[in-house]
Amino acid sequence: MGIVIVDGKEVEIGPHERLNGIQAAARAGVEIPHYCWHPGLSVVASCRMCLVEVGTRDPKTGQIVMLPKLVPACNTPAKDGTVLVTNSEKVARARAMVEEDLLLRHPIDCPICDKAGECRLQDYHFKYGQAERRAEIRPFTSRKRDIGDVILFVDRCVMCTRCVRFVREITGTSELMVVNRGSHEEIDVLPELPLNNKLSGNVVDLCPVGALADKDFLYKQRVWYLRRKPSVCALCATGCSIWIEENQDRIHRIKPRENPFVNQWWICNEGRYGYPFVHHPRRLRGVWQRQNERLLQVNWPTAIGRIADMAQNARRPALCLSPFLTNEEAYLACRWFKNAHSASIVSLGPIPYQGEDEHFPGGFVISAEKCPNRLGVESVAHWFEQPPLPFEELLTQVASGQIDTVIVLGGYIKPWITPEQAATLRGASHLIVADLFPSPLSDKADLILGTTAYAEHEGSYVNRRHRLQWLTRAVRPPMGNRSLGSVFWELNGMNGLYQPKSILAELASSIPYFSAAAGEVPEHGVDLRVTQLATQETSSKQFTA
Amino acid sequence: MESFEPVLLANIGKADSHTLKVYERNGGYQTLRRVLTQLSPQEVLEEVRISALRGRGGAGFPTGLKWSFLPADHPGPIYFCVNADESEPGTFCNRVLMELDPHQVLEGTIISAYATRATTAYVYLRYEYPLAYQRLSHAIQEAYQAGYLGKNILGTGFNLEMFIHRGAGAYICGEETGLIESIEGKRAWPRTKPPFPAVEGLFRKPTVVNNVETVACVRHIMERGAEWFRSIGVPPDPNDPRDPGSFGPKLFCVSGHVNRPGCFEAPLGIPCRQLIEEYAGGVRQGRQVKAVVPGGLSTGVLSADELDTPMDFSGPIKAGCLGLGTGGVIVMDETYPMIDFLHNSCRFFAHESCGQCTPCREGTAWALRIVERIKAGRGRLVDLDLLLEIADNIGIIPGTTICGLADGAAWPIKTAIRKFRGELEDYIKHTNPHGWSATAPILDLAHETNGSRSETTSVGIK
Repeated sequence: MGIVIVDGKEVEIGPHERLNGIQAAARAGVEIPHYCWHPGLSVVASCRMCLVEVGTRDPKTGQIVMLPKLVPACNTPAKDGTVLVTNSEKVARARAMVEEDLLLRHPIDCPICDKAGECRLQDYHFKYGQAERRAEIRPFTSRKRDIGDVILFVDRCVMCTRCVRFVREITGTSELMVVNRGSHEEIDVLPELPLNNKLSGNVVDLCPVGALADKDFLYKQRVWYLRRKPSVCALCATGCSIWIEENQDRIHRIKPRENPFVNQWWICNEGRYGYPFVHHPRRLRGVWQRQNERLLQVNWPTAIGRIADMAQNARRPALCLSPFLTNEEAYLACRWFKNAHSASIVSLGPIPYQGEDEHFPGGFVISAEKCPNRLGVESVAHWFEQPPLPFEELLTQVASGQIDTVIVLGGYIKPWITPEQAATLRGASHLIVADLFPSPLSDKADLILGTTAYAEHEGSYVNRRHRLQWLTRAVRPPMGNRSLGSVFWELNGMNGLYQPKSILAELASSIPYFSAAAGEVPEHGVDLRVTQLATQETSSKQFTA
Repeated sequence: MESFEPVLLANIGKADSHTLKVYERNGGYQTLRRVLTQLSPQEVLEEVRISALRGRGGAGFPTGLKWSFLPADHPGPIYFCVNADESEPGTFCNRVLMELDPHQVLEGTIISAYATRATTAYVYLRYEYPLAYQRLSHAIQEAYQAGYLGKNILGTGFNLEMFIHRGAGAYICGEETGLIESIEGKRAWPRTKPPFPAVEGLFRKPTVVNNVETVACVRHIMERGAEWFRSIGVPPDPNDPRDPGSFGPKLFCVSGHVNRPGCFEAPLGIPCRQLIEEYAGGVRQGRQVKAVVPGGLSTGVLSADELDTPMDFSGPIKAGCLGLGTGGVIVMDETYPMIDFLHNSCRFFAHESCGQCTPCREGTAWALRIVERIKAGRGRLVDLDLLLEIADNIGIIPGTTICGLADGAAWPIKTAIRKFRGELEDYIKHTNPHGWSATAPILDLAHETNGSRSETTSVGIK
């Protein structure tokens, strides 16, 4: 254990921690401004914004000896006896000079810049810069260049080279580079070799200024109108932690949420730009009942009564769970279903796969399994049915007439069922389908329920590495849609509003697989493979490949 | 001092001095033979350490100390780089050595590589020296044929491969980690230190980078002994425990307004005035000296009063300069306006800044814009203060940049303004009689387009 002194405050550093000056200072509650340093990338120490005064304290005499010159905090290891001074006159002057330097040729086009409001250059200028501009460098230009997946505003760049290091170290694709020299330097790509990789959207997050702009988000919203909610990406089994940023129930962008056990600081483009299905006009809305070959819109109380009737009056009903359900939805559905009918049977819907798992040099993985919660739903299903009926078996049993009522809980984002499979399932006398989008199956169902997407409900997912993470509701569902959790809450005869947290507590106490999820789910999620007591020691090793 | 005998330039001036035949006839490669057969690498290193040889590339870091930073039991490979990227304005002593006596450089390199246990040596040669490239590659060929390079050199079991790597015309490649990056095929952006090259350098292996003249000195130290080397030059300052002294001969390149410009060998510590008067034949047309750059443009300027400054590693520092630098002495006579010196040096460093660290990248460009404005007759007295503030914020001495070349950009500005402020102020007052005293911030774009200077403004962005 070591003691680092930051502006006179002592902070403790663990015995095996390798922190730099910026991290040690953050622990003392002191912000050291920086552009080029990023915890996930190599250290270049070139922006010079994090300059501080550094000294060492002699462990025996306690005397502090300071270095005569300024030192970048990002490249200063915090060891026992390291002294950092971040609030001296000298440091303030150096910061002001760097800020002034960076603004020399900056176009200062904040009113039309997407980054305004979350821009480091802006924030640091007001915090550390000087009030008056002494340079007369003109003219200002604000050139824009399409470099592939993102747009580059050449003159806004502060040459922190984070994007260049990202494509070299994390994706291994090396599309971006620095061209020219000195103050003529620019970020660029080679002709015919644009920035084009599956993690390219991260360079926009990495850019501390507005130089790299997201084509999807460009000119859509001012960032101060956005509210962010912590959530989990539902587009593959990696289950990246994300922020969903919305304004008035419309998602405008997805940002990675730092999680050392899952996605570190990154997310893939698929997850980042995959949200528009939530607002797709073709989504199923409301509840529809088929009567005499005509679809009639009914209200939810009627629909819930119909579901209960169908299940109870069936000869042998089957419940098909998709891997897009939250654990709580799956649990409530199974609990009600097993109680509703003695011969009921739980089945599992198809798992969407696409290609192979993709591994990147920086450790990031895009899963081939394109659903968020296969492990969780399977575990719940196994608890209620040993073993749950595979989807193919469900089709055969419906075809042979053994099963006469089928309730399909979908939530699939992409087309998932063939017309032939749908026709087979239609062979059942009663068919209830809850899904996001119309499918060959929903076209034939007796009762169609419009459900909620990942940004619209609360609950938990278990990712491919058995980590349970919590989603919060970011936007309201389309009018008339209800989350399946609230539907089955009611079917279970429970009072009041749907409380997913209480269901997770019940899950944790009843199903051993979920026992680690007892209590509050931390922001990085819980690893279900270890008991809570061991979490601290082992979970730090989970992020490998 | 009286009996100083040139050693580095001893062969220069002889016919065909660049060939192996002539070099061997004058005792060449005898030292290498003796070193390889009789001494261990440790003994060579010890001899160089005792000689207190300091790097001739500019910073003057003790060579023996640099070599001793290499890890002792490294499985290898260890790389040895010869820095021949001689880009400092006013410096051409490496060029003389490489063009006219390349085998001397090779012999020094082989001995140095032996001492550092390196098995591969790179000569990083600047692109603008085609003749040096020709001569050096020919010399390397000759050395391979004669068995001084390659496998099992002189039957001693020591192997050394040598390659020439030509730069592409960037000043920054002379910085040791920039040079390493450039050999690796990357953009020559200096690395942050630590780790130092001796621990993790070329291809992430221990690496030593030495100047051409330094390795040439190593050859003479091994021939004549450390005691001979210590008999030349200036002993350490007893009042400064960190001064290792300045021993040995040094090549000085005198250029500018002198009658006989050229490369001269002189003992370290020779007064600047003697160098100009005796070696370079005095200032042209009998004029007075106004200013002298002591060791390459980046060291700044000495004024006429400071001509008696001893040219050793600490002399120019005491006179406010960055250091001895490379020994490139540029003489400016009384007719030369200092604003031109300022402009030329600002232009050079703005052009050559590698662009990695913000203060250097932006500061040098900004300084150039200010000096250009002063030259265009729109200068103000406050601009000099602004220039000083910019210059004081560039370099590793204030700690604002990664590499030391940024200090080189700052020192000409600092010394020229601090030593010649009167002249520069006069210039500003004469060229901008109505606006020299203004102190308000320069009017911004909006103001100018609002019509206060309507004749110059057509539209928003020019």
